[in-house]
Amino acid sequence: MSSLSTPTLASTPVIGRKKRDVAYLVSLGFLLLVVAAALLAPWVAPYAANAVDFTAIWQAPGAGHLLGTDQVGQDLFSRLIHGARESLLGPLALLALATVFGVTIGTVAAWNGGWIDVVLARITDVMFAFPGLLFVVLVIAVFGKGPATAIVALALAYAPVIAKFTRSLALAEMTRPYVDAYRVQGVGGAFLCVRYIIPNLTPPLLGYLVVLFGEGLMSLATLSFLGFGAQPPSSEWGLMVQEGQSGIIQGHIWPTLVPGAAIAAVVVAVNVVGVRLSDRLNSRFER
Amino acid sequence: MIRAATRIAGMILTLVVSSFVIFAAMYAAPGDPVTFLIGNPENITPERIAEVKAQYNLDQPLIVQYGLWASQAFIGNLGTSFQYHQPVAELMATRLPATLALVAIASVLFIVAGVGLGILSALRQGKRTDSTITAATTLAASVPSFVIGLLLVSIFSVQLGWFPVSGAGEGFLDRLHHLVLPAVALAVGAVAIVSRVTRQSMVEQLSMDHVEAARSFGLAPAKLVRRHVLRNAWGPILTMVALVVASMLAGTVVVESVFGISGVGKLLVDAINTHDFPVVQAVLLYMVITYMVVTTLVDLVHPLLDPRIKAKDKKS
Repeated sequence: MSSLSTPTLASTPVIGRKKRDVAYLVSLGFLLLVVAAALLAPWVAPYAANAVDFTAIWQAPGAGHLLGTDQVGQDLFSRLIHGARESLLGPLALLALATVFGVTIGTVAAWNGGWIDVVLARITDVMFAFPGLLFVVLVIAVFGKGPATAIVALALAYAPVIAKFTRSLALAEMTRPYVDAYRVQGVGGAFLCVRYIIPNLTPPLLGYLVVLFGEGLMSLATLSFLGFGAQPPSSEWGLMVQEGQSGIIQGHIWPTLVPGAAIAAVVVAVNVVGVRLSDRLNSRFER
Repeated sequence: MIRAATRIAGMILTLVVSSFVIFAAMYAAPGDPVTFLIGNPENITPERIAEVKAQYNLDQPLIVQYGLWASQAFIGNLGTSFQYHQPVAELMATRLPATLALVAIASVLFIVAGVGLGILSALRQGKRTDSTITAATTLAASVPSFVIGLLLVSIFSVQLGWFPVSGAGEGFLDRLHHLVLPAVALAVGAVAIVSRVTRQSMVEQLSMDHVEAARSFGLAPAKLVRRHVLRNAWGPILTMVALVVASMLAGTVVVESVFGISGVGKLLVDAINTHDFPVVQAVLLYMVITYMVVTTLVDLVHPLLDPRIKAKDKKS
């Protein structure tokens, strides 16, 4: 199970520059393709997401069904494309929510210090006491399962992490001379934060958020797999894996393999892009 | 000594707060806590409501209720499961061995693989082996554990028939046979983390002057690594291993679900699905406590094992 890790974006400069460029471009291209497929799902998918066909169950990939069919004859390729919408929108929504709260709290804590800073530190302490997805599981146990609960719960778990990261960035930013320059001119704290400090934090934050997107996608898929996130008839990828599970014992691997590989491929691509992005943005930032 | 005391006090404080969060969460639930506690709507009768109210001291203020619950939990009374009509402590005692065995096997696997690959990576620094290991472990860590688990079942249990499809097994050998695949699924993600830390720590040590000196004296590479590099490098490695084990103890939920192992994680998922709140609370409490105790222990033991940290502490 993936756990909330403290920001470690230092990429290992093991792989040569040229190879990294290729990996970055391939990943970016792949992600664009997936997003395009998700946006155009109704037009690109050869079948409807829930088109049942009992004459064609558990087919291997072939001409009629590009990636095969599941236990009720639903076309896996079509379900994958339709499911891409929920699978990608979920982490996006969760990050948007967590970022709004995290960046606000982190900046305020860095700027004001005092009790807000102390409270933030305590909240992150308690959050880190819940390993992995346990906090999310607690929220789901209380408020019931469903995609909305899963997203809000994960956002609650991510917000302190983002806040902590923002706080450390903001503290460093505040030592720069321009901040004092504006201050002596009588520019208000709130205005200074919103207009200058937060925009300057965006480059390093962005790379981190992209990596978090991959983590969020994996966490949401995990929750759906456990039955806590997306519910049928959705074809969210984690849920697809769970539904495919029953076929495995009878030797039908495709309904599990297809969505599982999709999750892995997107997460890998997102990580490659994220690390590359933060490298590039950070070096510009430091200059 | 003072450091240890503050660390333990901090842990206890965090523990109190997080146990309060676990306890109070139930009251944040929409609707009447009584109906929530009873769970199944068919069971709601006036007698049952009165019984539950008395049992949970629902007429008392929240903080008093928490105090009562926590003090009972402290002496091992975790309440009674709604679903199984059995003390929660007993229920957990029957489920723990499978989970602990699973974590133990997974730990052996990820330590051997992670440290081994990390050392190899560091010694071949910048070469093809190094980049291949980094790429492969990172790739493996990007595949969700439930996908890895299901692929393992499909290949090794269904196609090849080498391992059982599900369950935890009885007796030592049978249990090992049952838990190898789940342990692999659990360990894969950790290999990337541990090998990265090992590599990093080794690379740092390899660039030290004393290593260079030893090498120039013509010391055999194997001896050099054992005596001069690993000995100094294992602090961060050990810390990371302990942290991973700690989060594994609380992170078996997914793998147990995939392989149908009736351990603590499966118990948690089932309890959520049946609104068996005493069980949910107890399992979460157990997981949080285990995680915190292990991480605190690592913090406390680390300077004892590595005198350099103690020296640094004294200086500052």
